[in-house]
Amino acid sequence: MWNTVFPYVLSGISVGGQYALIAIGYTMVYGILRLINFAHGDVFMVAGIVMVYMAASGMPLWLCIPLVLVATALVGFIIERVAYKPLRSAPRMSAMISAIGVSYTLQNLVLYITGGLNQLYPTIPWISDSVTIFGATTKMVTIVTPVLTVILVVALVMLINHTKIGMAMRAVSRDFETSQLMGIKINSVISATFVIGTFLAGVASLLYFTNYTTVIQTSGAMPGLKAFVAAVFGGIGSIPGAVVGAFIIGIAENIIKGLDIILFKAGIISGPMGLATFSDAFTFALLIVILAVKPTGLFGEKTTDKV
Amino acid sequence: MKKVLAIVMAMMLILSAAAMAETVKIGVFEPASGDSGAGGKQETLGMQFANQETPTVEIGGVTYDVELVYADNGSDTTKAPSAANSLVDAGVSVVLGSYGSGVSIAGSEIFMNASIPAIGVTCTNPQVTAGNSHYFRICFLDPFQGTVLANYAFKELGATTAYTLGELGNDYDQGLCTYFKQAFEGLGGTVVAESFPTGTADFTSYLTNAANYGAQVFFCPVSIAYSTQIIQQASSQGVTFPILGGDTLDSNKVAEAAKGTNVQIIITTFYQEGAAPEFDEGIKAWLNADSEAMTNNGGNDMIAAVSAMGYDAYYVALEALKAAGSTDSAAVMAALPGVTYDGVSGHIEFDETGDAIRSSAFVKKINNETGEWEFVAEQTVD
Amino acid sequence: MNNQLTKKKIDSATILSAVIVVCLYVAVFIAEQLIAPTSMLFTVLKKGATYALVAVSMNLCNGFTGIFSLGQAGFMLLGAYTYGILTLPVAERVNVYQYYGGGLVQFTLPWFVAMLLGGLVAALFAFLIGLPVLRLKSDYLAIATLGFAEIIRAIFQWDKLGPITNGSNMLRLFPNFNDFNIRGADGQVTVYLSTLVPLLIAGACIGIIVMLINSTFGRALKAIRDDEIAAEAMGIRLASHKRLAFCISSFFAGIGGAMLAMYQSTVQAKGFTTAMTYEILLIVVIGGIGSVTGSCISSFLFVAASEWWLRFLDQKQMIGGFEVPLLRNGFRLVVFSIIIMIVVLFFRQGIMGTRELPDLFRGRRKAKGGAKS
Repeated sequence: MWNTVFPYVLSGISVGGQYALIAIGYTMVYGILRLINFAHGDVFMVAGIVMVYMAASGMPLWLCIPLVLVATALVGFIIERVAYKPLRSAPRMSAMISAIGVSYTLQNLVLYITGGLNQLYPTIPWISDSVTIFGATTKMVTIVTPVLTVILVVALVMLINHTKIGMAMRAVSRDFETSQLMGIKINSVISATFVIGTFLAGVASLLYFTNYTTVIQTSGAMPGLKAFVAAVFGGIGSIPGAVVGAFIIGIAENIIKGLDIILFKAGIISGPMGLATFSDAFTFALLIVILAVKPTGLFGEKTTDKV
Repeated sequence: MKKVLAIVMAMMLILSAAAMAETVKIGVFEPASGDSGAGGKQETLGMQFANQETPTVEIGGVTYDVELVYADNGSDTTKAPSAANSLVDAGVSVVLGSYGSGVSIAGSEIFMNASIPAIGVTCTNPQVTAGNSHYFRICFLDPFQGTVLANYAFKELGATTAYTLGELGNDYDQGLCTYFKQAFEGLGGTVVAESFPTGTADFTSYLTNAANYGAQVFFCPVSIAYSTQIIQQASSQGVTFPILGGDTLDSNKVAEAAKGTNVQIIITTFYQEGAAPEFDEGIKAWLNADSEAMTNNGGNDMIAAVSAMGYDAYYVALEALKAAGSTDSAAVMAALPGVTYDGVSGHIEFDETGDAIRSSAFVKKINNETGEWEFVAEQTVD
Repeated sequence: MNNQLTKKKIDSATILSAVIVVCLYVAVFIAEQLIAPTSMLFTVLKKGATYALVAVSMNLCNGFTGIFSLGQAGFMLLGAYTYGILTLPVAERVNVYQYYGGGLVQFTLPWFVAMLLGGLVAALFAFLIGLPVLRLKSDYLAIATLGFAEIIRAIFQWDKLGPITNGSNMLRLFPNFNDFNIRGADGQVTVYLSTLVPLLIAGACIGIIVMLINSTFGRALKAIRDDEIAAEAMGIRLASHKRLAFCISSFFAGIGGAMLAMYQSTVQAKGFTTAMTYEILLIVVIGGIGSVTGSCISSFLFVAASEWWLRFLDQKQMIGGFEVPLLRNGFRLVVFSIIIMIVVLFFRQGIMGTRELPDLFRGRRKAKGGAKS
């Protein structure tokens, strides 16, 4: 039984780690601006495309990787300044629509640049190598991802808890206006949030596209949505929550893909049910259930709206 | 010498400009973006090459310039009707395409209402031409292709359990998987069929499923974008079963993805490089001279079967125009059933539903060392 | 407030607006008889009518009630499938449900009944999903409804439901807009109605929505949008009003889905993605959140621009022997997105803000009186 299930769990942990890195960006931005940054998944995709073009230009990979991360962070910074900052005093719906507009723009821009064709992601040595653990063969990146995710999350939590900018972030997410009155430079805190979030999305894109090597303009949409669901599931605003949520969603999604055979081998069903169809939908079903039962998510703080 | 040439060229340009009034438009209804974008572009290349080779056609004693009018259906059945409409609006006499059966079916109604005939190039689903009189096609059909592949898997590869994987809502994938399943089970094998949602990138679990079911072949007639992913992930998982596919996998992108791996890939297709050396040479020279065409072909000059099919489709359209003796689309439609043509991909003749009568398919496999397609056999079904 | 103030006697601006709308319909009817039916104009009008209805239905939810729902594509899917499944001629079912032996449903309903049922099915699902979801706050609600649309899409693609939904495969060969044309005995079209009828359907539905918005119920919805707590204090029952608005909006989205099926002449669950919802949301934003007229105008503009006027951007253009740079496949969409971003950032009111067609004719009076709806 374990031999049947293990490969799915392995795939799930790998993709879950990547969702986690994207989810952190969502949860941080939401924590501070109360904005679902719909464009975050597309920034992740843009990071992939930038890597493809940089590698194609003949640049060595050791130079490409840091440049991609810097470029991604820059994209995040620019998006915030251009599309969200002017709307800071507008209703929340306006900023969300702007986010959808940015997502639409990024996708169309990439469609135009690539001509709508799938781009093959460059092979990053070592993490692309095959490796066998417990009888399941996979890419090295599958093992690297969760480790790297945990390291980055610990570093991020340290940053938030022990540095000045981190304290400012916490203050802003707690009370926007008051922290402004206390002399915190709101704009730079928000920019820093976006830079950190998109930087992590850049890391996620390196790992994700090493595993699933094709980039197209819509590549970011589904991982983005799932990462957001993970953030909500874990309790929005909570970084550990987002990470736990992402791993749960990644594993659950892959187990659903193999649920037919698992149930079949366990003797519960007699033939294939086609349950793999629901691998994406399950994530959203989970979302609706968690929102109905515990709207603040697993680790979310209980908040009450002031009148 | 150069000057003389320039003057002659200029004269010709002026002359042709004078005769510009006589233009016949052929619609190219192909995806240039989306999952099938790469395949659609390669199919269009064949037409463009043919158009460049034979830019005029004599219809009823008058020489017409042939103009290709493009519409990108985006590999998307919801975008297909309006793309089809833009061709109708442009006043095309005949339509070529599309790569992908779903978009062809989605655009079909528009062409029918405008009485414009369409020549399917590589859309292999029976539903494209069934029950209508305006859609024709020059390629073989899925029941045939599915049977060929099932026979090959069962008899040549000795497989008894097959796993099929298609994209949800892709008529091509679903059709071919079904026909493969029917044929394979008819031979006495067992088939497990699964589908993945559009936009899936992670196929590792589906590969694991196949292994868990004990499949000896993995049949995935999916679009190029998905198949390259599947091949790479199969390689990193170290799968042992061969991957089988239909004509969509016949692409240099797929060959590139399989290069240097241990994954065995076997497909059926319409054309094998070398079958028509003159055409091979011509299109390669053109690809190497035209950087945009080269990019659209995926960066090298390997000839895709769909390009050969696009090339033949263009000439079939010209034959139809000649036979009709008019650029009127209804006349072309009336003339099409009687058209015969010997193309690079073989003899083309239509049966009463408008399908080409074809009895053989090429079986090819990838040489994992060189990353090139190799001819295996020419397969027929009795 | 104008509408309420002048409720008893219909003012001249309203009459003028009605005359304009009637004139437009007459113009379409005449144009349809004179211009070749293959013209892009009619494609734009047909698709525009469909999108206008869906956009107005979304506006009813998002603009007038303040329920930020992103489930539109899901409700359209329900309407489109209901319509497609129920109107498919029995004789064709064997061909369409080719992998499922002709399917389970073996009867055919008239198009009008099937379209209404499409709306009702969408409304029923809206009711069910509304139970857990409508309690949520703005952005949580948005993401939950968006997720709901994705779930619906997966369910309709499930192989086990194939005998009803044809699995993930295409439904086709059901009556479409062209069947509205009146044909003579020889099969030739005598009166072209394939554009007028969809415009009439959309017009009638939008008319009903406008009447709703101007009723007591509509004013209650606006009160909820502006301040939930105040509205509740005034005795408006929040939950039931919200639920009803959500269901009505979904009903018309379902009808819009059925119209989309008729326009496309095929239906496939694969097409009803979140991208479709986003497109409709952007139409609503461009038109002005809270303006029915705006949604209608921007639907036609959006469709015309994307399908017709801007198509030249996707192809190489030569002007005087000079090749215009940048133009190639996809440029149209880039230009389009930039326009949308400009509207979103700098013209947040959209085309119409919250004004309606009659308001345009009483512009001055309003400025003086300062009354604003």
